[in-house]
Amino acid sequence: MAFEIIETCVNCYACEPLCPNQAIYQASPHFLIDPEKCTECIGDYMDAQCSSICPIEGAILDELGRELNPPGSLTGISPAMLAQYQAAVEATYQAALAAKSP
Amino acid sequence: MDLPVLNASPAASAAQSGGGCDSHSCGSSDDQLGHLPEHIRAKVHNHPCYSEQAHHYFARMHVAVAPACNIQCHYCNRKYDCSNESRPGVVSEVLTPAQAVKKVMAVAANIPQMTVLGIAGPGDPLANPERTFETFRELSEKAPDIKLCVSTNGLTLPESVEELCKHNIDHVTITINCVDPDVGAKIYPWVFWKNKRVTGREGAAILIEQQQKGLEMLTARGILVKVNSVMIPGINDEHLVEVSKVVKAKGAFLHNVMPLIAEPEHGTFYGLMGQPGPTHEELQKLQDACAGDMNMMRHCRQCRADAVGMLGEDRGQEFTLDKIEAMEIDYPAAMVKRAEVHAQIERELEIKDLARAAKAELVAIQGGKQSAPKTRPVLMAVATKGGGVINEHFGHAGEFLIYEASEFGVRFIGHRKTIPYCEGGDTCGDGESALDVTIRELAGCEVVLCSKVGYEPWGPLEAAGIQPNGEHAMEAIEDAVLAVYAEMGAAGKLDARPVAQQKAA
Repeated sequence: MAFEIIETCVNCYACEPLCPNQAIYQASPHFLIDPEKCTECIGDYMDAQCSSICPIEGAILDELGRELNPPGSLTGISPAMLAQYQAAVEATYQAALAAKSP
Repeated sequence: MDLPVLNASPAASAAQSGGGCDSHSCGSSDDQLGHLPEHIRAKVHNHPCYSEQAHHYFARMHVAVAPACNIQCHYCNRKYDCSNESRPGVVSEVLTPAQAVKKVMAVAANIPQMTVLGIAGPGDPLANPERTFETFRELSEKAPDIKLCVSTNGLTLPESVEELCKHNIDHVTITINCVDPDVGAKIYPWVFWKNKRVTGREGAAILIEQQQKGLEMLTARGILVKVNSVMIPGINDEHLVEVSKVVKAKGAFLHNVMPLIAEPEHGTFYGLMGQPGPTHEELQKLQDACAGDMNMMRHCRQCRADAVGMLGEDRGQEFTLDKIEAMEIDYPAAMVKRAEVHAQIERELEIKDLARAAKAELVAIQGGKQSAPKTRPVLMAVATKGGGVINEHFGHAGEFLIYEASEFGVRFIGHRKTIPYCEGGDTCGDGESALDVTIRELAGCEVVLCSKVGYEPWGPLEAAGIQPNGEHAMEAIEDAVLAVYAEMGAAGKLDARPVAQQKAA
C-alpha cells in the first residue's frame, strides 16, 4: 500500500513537508515516495496529503497505478480542450512548413 | 506654456494639497507617493516597485527560492519553466537559500543601484516558510542595507506575520483579485487549507478571509502593504473598484492593477479558454476609476520570480550560478560602493525635487493653470534606459513609457512592451514586423520621444499618426513631454482631433 510520484512531477517541494511519515524525498530527476514508509495517510488524515496539494494532474498514482488527480480535476482544463489546442498548434506548424517549402 | 508635473491622478494630487493650496500645482511631485505621510515616503522613496520616481534610478532583484504553492490560479501554469518569458511565476531555476544569498551578494556588488531584494515565487513564498525565511535571515545579516520584501497570495499570511516582523521586512505585497467569493470561484479552482484541498466558492471564501485578515494584521503593525490585482475582463474588472475601496480602508498604501497575461501557449486555463486580457485603454480606465479611492501604481512590469536589474530589464543571464561561482567579490567594499551610489542618486533626486517645487510655485503665483487655454490631453511614448531621461534609441527600446500631457501638466500612465525594432546586425531581418508590433502597441500615442530614431521607421510612424521626435535626447522626461506639448499647442494641434482619428474618419 503506497503511492508513487511519476516523471510529470515538477519538483515544487509542496508535498515533501506535508508527509506524516517522511516518506517523500528529493531525488533526480524528480521527488520520490519510499513505498516502505508511505501509508497513504491512513490514520493521520482524511485525505492523502501529497495528492491534496500536488498541482500537477496525473503526477501521483495510487497503489493500482490510477491517477489520484485525473486530467482536468485541478486546472479545469479538460482533455478535449487540451487536444483542441494541440491540434491547432500542429496545424499552424504544418502551415508554416508548407509555406516555406517551394 | 509652463506646466507642473502631476501626481498619478488629479484626485491624488488634490488630496495632498491641503495646506492652503488649491490647485494641482501645489507641492506636487512626479511620484504617486506625493501625498503619503512622511514616514511612509521615507521608507519607499528608493524602492523601485513602490515609487514611480525611484524606478528610473534604483534596481531590484527577485530570488526564486519558493517553488511550492498552496492555491491554483486560472492565470498560472505550474508546469511552466522558461528563460525567454517575462511574467510572474516563471523562472529558469529554483535556488536553495544558500545559493540565493550568494546570488544576491553578487548582484548587489555588481549593480550598486540595487536597493531591494524580493521573494515572489515561483510559487508562494509563505507556502515555503523555511526556505523563504532562511534566505531573509542570512541576508539581513550579510547585506543589512538591502531592503527585504515578499509577495504572497495571502492564504497563510496571518500565521506568518510574527515571523515576517522578526526579519525586519517592512514591505509586503498581497495579490488580491476579489473580495467576493462568487468572483473568486471563477479565478481560483482550489486552495489547500487545513490539510485538505478545498475547491470552488468555499475555497475562494477561505482565501479572501485570510487575505483580509493578513492585511489588517500587517497594517496594524506598521508594515507597508501594497495590493496587486490582476484585471480579468468580464470576471473581476468592475469588481476591482470595490477591492480598491476595501483595501484602502484597511490600510494598504498602494494598489497595483495589472493586466491579465493569457496566451494559449502558456497552457493556463484562461489562455486555453481564450479569456482576453484588457486593452491598454481598458486598463488605464480602470486604474483611473480606482484612483479616486486609492493611490495607484502604474509602473509595474510584472516581472519574473527571478528578475534582476532595473524594472523593465532582466540581467538574470549575467548572474547564473556558474558565473557567480567564477566572480571574485570584495563584499565590504561593495557595500561601501553601494552606499556611495545610493547617496549620489539621492542628491540628484533632491535637486530635481527642489527644481520641481520651485517651478510649481512659480506656476501657482502666475496662476498658470487658470489662464491656460482649454486644450486636449495627448499621450506620448518615451524610450528610456533609466535615470528619468530620454536616453534610448527608438530601435533599441524593448518598452516605452507612456505619459499624458494635458493643460494640468504631465502624468505617468504606464508602459508598453514591444520587440526592439532593430537590435542591430542579424536581427534586422525581422525589423519590419517588429515595427508593426511597436506601432500597434503605441496606439493612442501621438508622439514618440527617443534619443535617436532612424530614417526607415520614421515614415510608417508618421503615417500611423505617431510623430517621431529625437530632439530631446538626454533631457528629463517630464520637461521634454511638456515642451513638446507646448510646441503642439503653439502649432494649433491641440484643438483638433489626433491625426490618426482624422485619417480614420
